[in-house]
Amino acid sequence: MNRYPIWKYTIIVIALVVGFLYTLPNFFGEAPAVQVSSAKVTIKVDAGTKLRVEEILKASGLAADFVTLDNTSVKARFGNTETQLKAKDAIQKALIPDAANAGYIVALNLLSRSPVWLTSLHAFPMYLGLDLRGGVHFMLQVDMQAALAKKAESLSGDIRTSLREKNVRHSGISRNGQTIEVRFRDMPTLGAAKALILDQFPDLQTIEAPDGTEFKLTASIKPEAARRVQDQSLKQNITTLHNRINELGVAEPVIQQQGLDRIVVQLPGVQDTAKAKDILGRTATLEVRMVDETSEARAAESGAAAVPFGSERYLERNSQPVIVKKQVILTGENLTDAQPGFDSQTQEAVVNLTLDAKGARIFRDVTRESVGKRMAILLFEKGKGEVVTAPVIRSEIGGGRVQISGRMTSMEANDTALLLRAGSLAAPMEIIEETTIGPSLGAENIAKGFNSVTYGFAAVAVFMCLYYVLFGMFSSISLAVNLLLLVAVLSMLQATLTLPGMAAMALVLGMAIDSNVLINERVREELRNGASAQAAIHAGYDRAWATILDSNVTTLIAGLALLAFGSGPVRGFAVVHCLGILTSMFSGVFFSRGLVNLWYGRQNKLKSLSIGTVWRPDAGNQVAPQ
Amino acid sequence: MEFFRIKRDIPFMRHALVFNLVSLVTFLAAVFFLFSRGLHLSVEFTGGTLMEVSYTHPADLNGVRAAVEALGLKDVQVQNFGTARDVLIRLPVQKGVSSAQQSEQVMTALKAADASAAMRRTEFVGPQVGDELATDGLKALASVVIGIMLYLAIRFEWKFAVAAIIANLHDVIIILGFFAFFQWEFSLPVLAAVLAVLGYSVNESVVIFDRIRENFRRYRKMNTVQIIDSSITSTISRTIITHGCTQLMVLSMLLFGGATLHYFALALTIGICFGIYSSVFVAAAIAMWLGIQREDLIKGGAKKDGDPNDPNAGATV
Repeated sequence: MNRYPIWKYTIIVIALVVGFLYTLPNFFGEAPAVQVSSAKVTIKVDAGTKLRVEEILKASGLAADFVTLDNTSVKARFGNTETQLKAKDAIQKALIPDAANAGYIVALNLLSRSPVWLTSLHAFPMYLGLDLRGGVHFMLQVDMQAALAKKAESLSGDIRTSLREKNVRHSGISRNGQTIEVRFRDMPTLGAAKALILDQFPDLQTIEAPDGTEFKLTASIKPEAARRVQDQSLKQNITTLHNRINELGVAEPVIQQQGLDRIVVQLPGVQDTAKAKDILGRTATLEVRMVDETSEARAAESGAAAVPFGSERYLERNSQPVIVKKQVILTGENLTDAQPGFDSQTQEAVVNLTLDAKGARIFRDVTRESVGKRMAILLFEKGKGEVVTAPVIRSEIGGGRVQISGRMTSMEANDTALLLRAGSLAAPMEIIEETTIGPSLGAENIAKGFNSVTYGFAAVAVFMCLYYVLFGMFSSISLAVNLLLLVAVLSMLQATLTLPGMAAMALVLGMAIDSNVLINERVREELRNGASAQAAIHAGYDRAWATILDSNVTTLIAGLALLAFGSGPVRGFAVVHCLGILTSMFSGVFFSRGLVNLWYGRQNKLKSLSIGTVWRPDAGNQVAPQ
Repeated sequence: MEFFRIKRDIPFMRHALVFNLVSLVTFLAAVFFLFSRGLHLSVEFTGGTLMEVSYTHPADLNGVRAAVEALGLKDVQVQNFGTARDVLIRLPVQKGVSSAQQSEQVMTALKAADASAAMRRTEFVGPQVGDELATDGLKALASVVIGIMLYLAIRFEWKFAVAAIIANLHDVIIILGFFAFFQWEFSLPVLAAVLAVLGYSVNESVVIFDRIRENFRRYRKMNTVQIIDSSITSTISRTIITHGCTQLMVLSMLLFGGATLHYFALALTIGICFGIYSSVFVAAAIAMWLGIQREDLIKGGAKKDGDPNDPNAGATV
């Protein structure tokens, strides 16, 4: 009655092998590595980059354990820190000739020391949280009200243009917070305007009301459109942050949306918070200026003459020099959006810019006077300018909708739009939470968490073995398997392990032993009531199961609630807690029964069990152990 | 080894009233301290800046305090953290000064006063996050309570669900009472510990209820009080051993986990002790007073007899 069919043992063996394989990488530790990733949208890291890195290392006589290419970066692992630092210098020198205009980020990183065959199985060590590895964590709140106000501002400009185009006479358009108010002298005009707005601006909803002698039409952004605006603002801010953080040379930055209006930035290994905050908070500026097309400027462009007075020399992204005037026509503040697209007639790739009301007015005036001339759009970051694009003005452009076209692939259009957008944050952000963990504290925390788990485990195992003898040994092995599986699952999921997570690991082991205590107590009780050894095992496991299930479900409910509502440290705790409960059901019941069955199941004439003293109240004497 | 050599069922329920009075008094004391002293909430809840600074020699707290206050910051708390060399500095949210500037100013001032000062960790939390964490914590608590009650009501019976939740919520309040009385710092990990304890002590009550149900089925002749006594008696060894094992783990955290896990482990310790008390002495007694009977639990048996008021009784189609 206490025998497992072959398939059950097969499951146990598979679980153990898989658990062991995925736990393994955690024991190898980490080795110094150099990571090369792209600093610009236009530069892609691919097999070519990998080859170059390999060549550079060969040329400088540095031996890397291996060089790999993953989605976004090339990583080279080295035997020691000395080689790592030399390799970083060599790669940096070769890949980045001009430090002010870096195309790549060369950063120091740590790579798992596990052998290649493990890595190829996607077996990685657990991902350590910031409190265990040191670094900076920021939570930024995006000011969505400002984003909506900005959108309303741009829409009010659009309405003004549309009304003028259709010859609808209004007596004033103003933005009031996130709503746009348009005044009219009479009702019919208001009706015409309303029809126009509803037709041309699907994102707006209108309310009309008499206002003194005049009539007022109030347009507001529809809730679903507002949601879209918020979503876009958040995405744009994340993109901008990505670009900025690239400069810090952080190996594995995490930039994630959290909730509807928050962004979490985690920079492992970064200690210089001041610089990080500076970079996060910086606003890159976008400027529109005219290209200097005088003959002196032409000569200066080819390097034959000095740059004329009142002009400056900048490089285009293809390193072509452009001489632009110093006078700024527009700044990024007036740009509300930049999107890649296609021209409806020529099917050419284009970039569509949207300007706000003020920008549109200036732009119209400038373009009217400068048809046929070139204008340059410059992006300034770290005080250094770069010409993003320098198109020729073909006609007067009114209405704030600008199309940049000409000899672009759709990829280029995409990149240009991104660069233009990246120049500014869609909405202002504020740091609402910040944590810095020093590297020594991280290492200490790992040691503390590790010690808690180890000593706690040892104490429980020793007690179980003393109290329940062989069954206690089985329980301890099951508990070890529980830990193995839990670490394997965490490694597989690449869930972030934090100090509260390690606490949860210790706690869950303390709770998981409950299943085995329940079973062992039950088996003793059956023996006490006079059941035969085999029957006692069977009944013990059988009866305990319902209780184990119930108690685990209630614990799991608490774990899930923590997972749903917790944030930060609580979440790290909850993930490990929930996973640990699940693995404990497998190890504590299924696996430990397997062990017991393997040991006792084949003994038909089993007289007694090694489960410690079974004391009988009636006889007053005890059944001798074994 | 066998610790528990119990010859006869222990008459737990005979003293149910006394046990519950003890419980009630502790509970009221906890509530009193919660209201009179309040919880000493961590920076995560209140907002503000927390800095942990370590020195190579035992730190001069007054010097640190003076250095920070010289910057014009108000309500600064300075205390040792873990060892005499580590100092924890708490700064409330200051209007008009960004967290970034604040922590750097303080660090520069401390370095100027003593060059061996090294930043170990800083934490800044804006006031808006704090409020949110408090509401999220309450939501989590509410959903744990509702979830567990629903599960118990389905799996057992509503009387058990109510008894278990009352018994275990009182544990939670008592833990909070301890934190209020000693003014221990209540942080997010402590909140996690409190909720974990809630789930854990409920499972304690579940084990006893499970046995009560089984014994109702098995021993038809016993009355409710006898059944409850016998159930608690036969599970008491398991209760003590399990909690002892969990406590071994928690003790290990208390000893080796350092200052960060200290209050977490402390909350668990209190939770585990009161968890035993409440499930053994309180939960079953409440269930008894709510009037559990054999029929509530053995649905199959009740159905067989048929409902005498059922107009369709005996009718077969």
